[in-house]
Amino acid sequence: MIAEKYAKEIESLFERYPADQRKSAVLPLLHIAQQEYGYSSEEAMKEVAEIIGCDPTHVRGIAGFYSLYYEEEVGKYVLEVCNDLACALRGADEFIKMAEGKLGIDLEGTTEDGMFTLKNVMCLGACDRAPMLQCNLKFHENLDEAKFDQLIADYRAKAAAGDSEPTVVDKILIQTHH
Amino acid sequence: MAHVILRHRDVENIKELDVYVKNGGYEGLKKALSMTPEEVVNEIKAAGIRGRGGAGFPAGIKWSFMPKGDGQKYIVINNDESETGTFKDREILEGNPHQVIEGALIAAYAVGADMVYCYWRGEYMDAAYPAEKAIKDAYKAGYLGKNILGSGFDCDYHNHFGAGAYICGEETALLNSLMGNLGQPWSKPPFPAQAGAYDKPTVVNNVETLANVPPTMVNGADWYANLGTDQSNGVKIVCMSGHVARPGNYEVEMGKVTYRELIYGDEYCQGMRDGKEFKALLPSGGSGPVVLPDALDGNVSFEGLNDYGSMMGSASVIVMDEDTDMVWAALKMTHFFKHESCGKCTPCREGTFWLEKTLHRIMEGHGTEEDIKTLDRVAHSMQGKCLCALGEFAVSPVIGTLKHFRSEYVAKVRQAEAVPAD
Amino acid sequence: MSETVNIIVDGIEAEVPKGLTVVDAAKMVDVDIPVFCHHPKLEPVGMCRMCLVDIGMPMFDRETREPVMDDDGTQKINWGRGMQTGCTVRVADGMNVRTNTEGVLDARNTVIEFLLTSHPLDCPICDKGGECPLQNLTMAHGLGDSHFPFDQKMKNDKHVPLGDLIALDRERCIQCARCVRFQDEVVDDPVLGFHNRGRKLEIITYSDPGFDSYWSGNTTDICPVGALTTNDFRFGARPWELRPVASISPHGPEGENITMSTRQEAKSGGRVVIKRIMPRQNEQVNEIWISDRTRFGHHFADADGRLMTPMVRKNGELQAASWDEALSLVADKFKAAGSNAAGLSGDRMSNEDLFAFQDMMRNTVGTNNIDLANGRIAGGDVTAQVGVGTGTNLADMGAGDAVIVFASDLHEEAPIWWLRVKQAAQRGAKVFTFNVRETRLDAVAAETTLYKPGDAIDTARALLNALNVSDQKAKDGVGAIASAIADAENVVAFYGFEGLTYEETDSLSRILANVLLVNGNVGKANNGLIAVWPHNNTQGAWDMGIHPAFGPGYKALDKAGKSAADIYESGADALYVMGADPVGDGLMNGRKNVGFMVVQELFMNATAELADVVLPAQSWAERDGTFTNGERRIQLYYPAIAPMGKSKADWQIIGMLNEKMGGDKPKMAASLVFKKAIAAGVAQYKGMDYRSLAQVEKQFPDVGGADLYYGGNSYENKHGMGQQWASAAESGEVTSLDIPDAKSSKVSGIATIRTAALYTNGSLLQHSELLEPRMATPRIMINEADANGIATGDEVQVRVNGETMTLQAYVNGVAPQGVALLNGVPHVAGVIDAEITKG
Repeated sequence: MIAEKYAKEIESLFERYPADQRKSAVLPLLHIAQQEYGYSSEEAMKEVAEIIGCDPTHVRGIAGFYSLYYEEEVGKYVLEVCNDLACALRGADEFIKMAEGKLGIDLEGTTEDGMFTLKNVMCLGACDRAPMLQCNLKFHENLDEAKFDQLIADYRAKAAAGDSEPTVVDKILIQTHH
Repeated sequence: MAHVILRHRDVENIKELDVYVKNGGYEGLKKALSMTPEEVVNEIKAAGIRGRGGAGFPAGIKWSFMPKGDGQKYIVINNDESETGTFKDREILEGNPHQVIEGALIAAYAVGADMVYCYWRGEYMDAAYPAEKAIKDAYKAGYLGKNILGSGFDCDYHNHFGAGAYICGEETALLNSLMGNLGQPWSKPPFPAQAGAYDKPTVVNNVETLANVPPTMVNGADWYANLGTDQSNGVKIVCMSGHVARPGNYEVEMGKVTYRELIYGDEYCQGMRDGKEFKALLPSGGSGPVVLPDALDGNVSFEGLNDYGSMMGSASVIVMDEDTDMVWAALKMTHFFKHESCGKCTPCREGTFWLEKTLHRIMEGHGTEEDIKTLDRVAHSMQGKCLCALGEFAVSPVIGTLKHFRSEYVAKVRQAEAVPAD
Repeated sequence: MSETVNIIVDGIEAEVPKGLTVVDAAKMVDVDIPVFCHHPKLEPVGMCRMCLVDIGMPMFDRETREPVMDDDGTQKINWGRGMQTGCTVRVADGMNVRTNTEGVLDARNTVIEFLLTSHPLDCPICDKGGECPLQNLTMAHGLGDSHFPFDQKMKNDKHVPLGDLIALDRERCIQCARCVRFQDEVVDDPVLGFHNRGRKLEIITYSDPGFDSYWSGNTTDICPVGALTTNDFRFGARPWELRPVASISPHGPEGENITMSTRQEAKSGGRVVIKRIMPRQNEQVNEIWISDRTRFGHHFADADGRLMTPMVRKNGELQAASWDEALSLVADKFKAAGSNAAGLSGDRMSNEDLFAFQDMMRNTVGTNNIDLANGRIAGGDVTAQVGVGTGTNLADMGAGDAVIVFASDLHEEAPIWWLRVKQAAQRGAKVFTFNVRETRLDAVAAETTLYKPGDAIDTARALLNALNVSDQKAKDGVGAIASAIADAENVVAFYGFEGLTYEETDSLSRILANVLLVNGNVGKANNGLIAVWPHNNTQGAWDMGIHPAFGPGYKALDKAGKSAADIYESGADALYVMGADPVGDGLMNGRKNVGFMVVQELFMNATAELADVVLPAQSWAERDGTFTNGERRIQLYYPAIAPMGKSKADWQIIGMLNEKMGGDKPKMAASLVFKKAIAAGVAQYKGMDYRSLAQVEKQFPDVGGADLYYGGNSYENKHGMGQQWASAAESGEVTSLDIPDAKSSKVSGIATIRTAALYTNGSLLQHSELLEPRMATPRIMINEADANGIATGDEVQVRVNGETMTLQAYVNGVAPQGVALLNGVPHVAGVIDAEITKG
């Protein structure tokens, strides 16, 4: 329940918007809920709706509209590789093939251990550093096979060690108050 | 020449408040606060700062559309930057965030707003630490909050993060997204200056546009107007990507640098990657029509590609070499637009879907000459009929490649027609 | 119409109201600009792009502001950079619109072609086929051909339940968002939404239960394709097989104008049956909306269990009898009983039935022992004096006006009024609600006053006193409300009976009448009092004189008869019960002291079970008649289906009986009862007849009927807008009303009151199986502070008026402290001291 766990943070989130505009916090709240529940589960969406005070239909619509919300279960780490034109000109499609092979999954698939989900996404705004991907919102740029191997190894090691580092969502949406 | 916008490349750690201030930071705001709001608007009008998001609408005129007098008003910074090939605003906010905050504050003062929302595309959350810190520091130092610099001017500033939708770069879609709705654009009027965020008058400016404001206030409108050409004042950041040796952002004075220099110049991209021949470039991500080698003599300015049937737009230059399959490139871009179509209006929702399907068929070797006509027709059926600019731009990759590279399409379908379908 | 502007549409010069959209303005001069997403009752969005037209404005020189002239001496027109959507642009003076240029026609072709690429070609099995805007506009504007391969079109789910009332066919949906917008903008139940984006955009509901709204059926009307259909009608019939019959809702006091679509069908044994209920446009009453109760609550008319033949008790058993036998027996008994006879009626009957009933009892039998069997709310005599003025249209109320809603939950009791008052508030009217608990309308109220149970009358008096004192500028409490009411241009007051006794409602109606009288908010349109009657024709029952103390038209009687309460207490030699169930309602304890009892009904109810004679009446669907709504609008309804068995209309039965007792011959038709008896006997109805009630006016916006692009939205009103009767205040001065002292029903324990639910299981709704899952379950809501160990979900025993009910408990923050709310149970008057025990 993020409502209890992040009560203070959520309150400060609402303070950013006009008092009668609680709906404005739906995107950040869903980011937080998704992190908490692993994906935008029914529970996560209902909780966000309750916090905002809107019908859950609205939250589900939001989750369906924006591509960073996952309505299906995903792995612990979501690797999103951009293969738009600019990245593809620099080998993004081949990079994805390589990644599929290494992870033993197809695009949209999740490794058997539930560790990684591989997706291709539209432009991430790092075209000059392709091939690139974002993993749980963290960018990894100028990649090649060797760097990818390292990256996967690093994440596996991190997970094995319990991965207690604050995430991007933690740092930007939860730990910020001004 | 020292950078005007990408100052972090010249001044180390300018993202920190003390460094920024030591290097003339917030002087523009101080100067603005010493003037009347109307004078500030006039200064920006006189400087001729045009919007850097792509449309090039003069910022000062946009500000002047805001109603006078009291009442809640908003400044919203468009940092949705989601056009393929665009990565300039991210660098500005990562490297030089105070300049954007300062620009937004000047805008807020000029139009009588007391709240700034900076709308970030969700994918940039990781790049937002410096900006988040900058906001905190600016509050602490009295540049944000109540009674800024003792002037009596109050202004708050918040980052707001999206969650993955190119369409939110369209200003009304962005405002809908800020308000917690689906990021779909609305049919204007009402314009944001009449009824924007929370139905209140709102200015939506691009990150780069606002970054141009503080140096203009410091150095004066004349200084700014003297940079660039008659129609394109100041400097522009160009995002270079694709088949070039050294991709990245380059800040250039408008009208002074050709696309050829950008690709081949030593201080820019230093040539094509692997020494390949240049084939074509998209000057504005997917949104501007593709241009051929002759256009390399065009310069970077709002009018610089007029003679070549295209436009600078956001200056997101995707360079393609001789090996590039232009039907493939068109499919890539069309897939992007189809994926990003919000679905609100019929021509874009259906048109992007069918453009992609048809291109797919051709790429997969099942196309016919009729399919090429279908592409023509769908593009025509979308043009001038969509609700927002996304739909209008979505036909650009198809129209542009059909115009210049029709033979590549024809070759593909002839080959397909020669081989019986399985 | 207020301000107008001059425009030119395809060369036709027209003067149209300012503020109209180009689409609606063009329609006024009979130029069709086709639309899909646009709807005059919704905010324009410009999504579908079907209405793209050329819109030009006359050119003026930027410097001199002089007109720029063309070579031919006419002013040049600036046609802008491209086509614009006619649904989002509002007309302006001098505007020039072209709807037939090559570009415009091409745009229509392409939009249609695009829409059809995703749309299945299943018109032959589609419910909308025949009244489908997409079908119509394809015929009118489509190419008749597609450039896209059929096998590559999107394939989507075809039977997606959106809850248990409405089904969605995703393939047919054209993403116009009318349903989503209706739910959000009009009825404020935003339980439909879009999911995903681009071509994958689809309608979803995620509420619990799915599509949780009292208005869901309306989305099937305004859906411009066959994407949304009701589970009641889906695959039931083709529109062209249906015979539309104009009618009035048999539920609720608002008098929703409806059309019953009927069909004679083999599967119903060759009978004509009601296939669906749809709105019939009446902008003054329900516009083009009806509640789901009205739409789905018609099944009682041809439900199993309808009484088919007269019955007479023989050897202790009710046995089938002929009309002659049954009526002869009744006639003998009532003739013999004379002034010791009594008549009790329900308030769902038509005016004709009610008039004939009291006429027979008073003038042939000879008794004034006449009353409503289940009178819950008084004040018909008060609305007769200060009821809302003729011409009242809640849609005209807005900024500068005020609405008072006292002791009523309009959302549950009269949803059309809830909707229209809510919309008035959204237009700027100040709404003041008064109740013991929060209600849905509070969301838009300028101020909500919560009074303690039993304090309703004192609270109303305080309001009246505050209005009467000269210094109305008090800034808080009732003082501030009083000053806002004093400042309002128009004031309408609704009052109901939640938590009130009959006597209290009498006082309340009079106090509110005086509130309205202080500043002359009576006797004119959009001013006056409205009683939130429990049923569709309670107003008519008052008008017809179903009252022991006055006759038709509120004519005071020399000698009042016995009230229903007296009759239940002391009995009668012969009792006539028409359309009511006092035994089932717990008002009458068996047949104690009743010598002979006849019950005239649709169903064998608890009272009928005890009767000596049972007479089968017709439902409203089988005959014609009139109902008078709470705004005192007399409205006509027509027969839709054939009579069940040997049943007869109530007025006919009464007429035959009356003749048997030596009275006049029965009238030949309901229209003659109205013209000869009612119009002659009820002063307020003078001059009216079925012809005048059947008069129609052109409705704006024009969304009824067989229109090309609004077709299937609503039926056009071809059969009568009804007529409002004038309250006394309209023709003469009404002075302040006396206020009797009502005994306040305060209690010492937890004050328990009964609250209404739109879907409460009862004699009518129980026959609509579709509504069953949504029926209010019998429950009691308790405040946390009063819970005493009771938790949500617990079964509790509640003792009310000597009866014990087993109810589910809810401790959910709805009930204020010290108050318990009963819901989903039959009517309970006033505030009671209920014993609540767990287990």
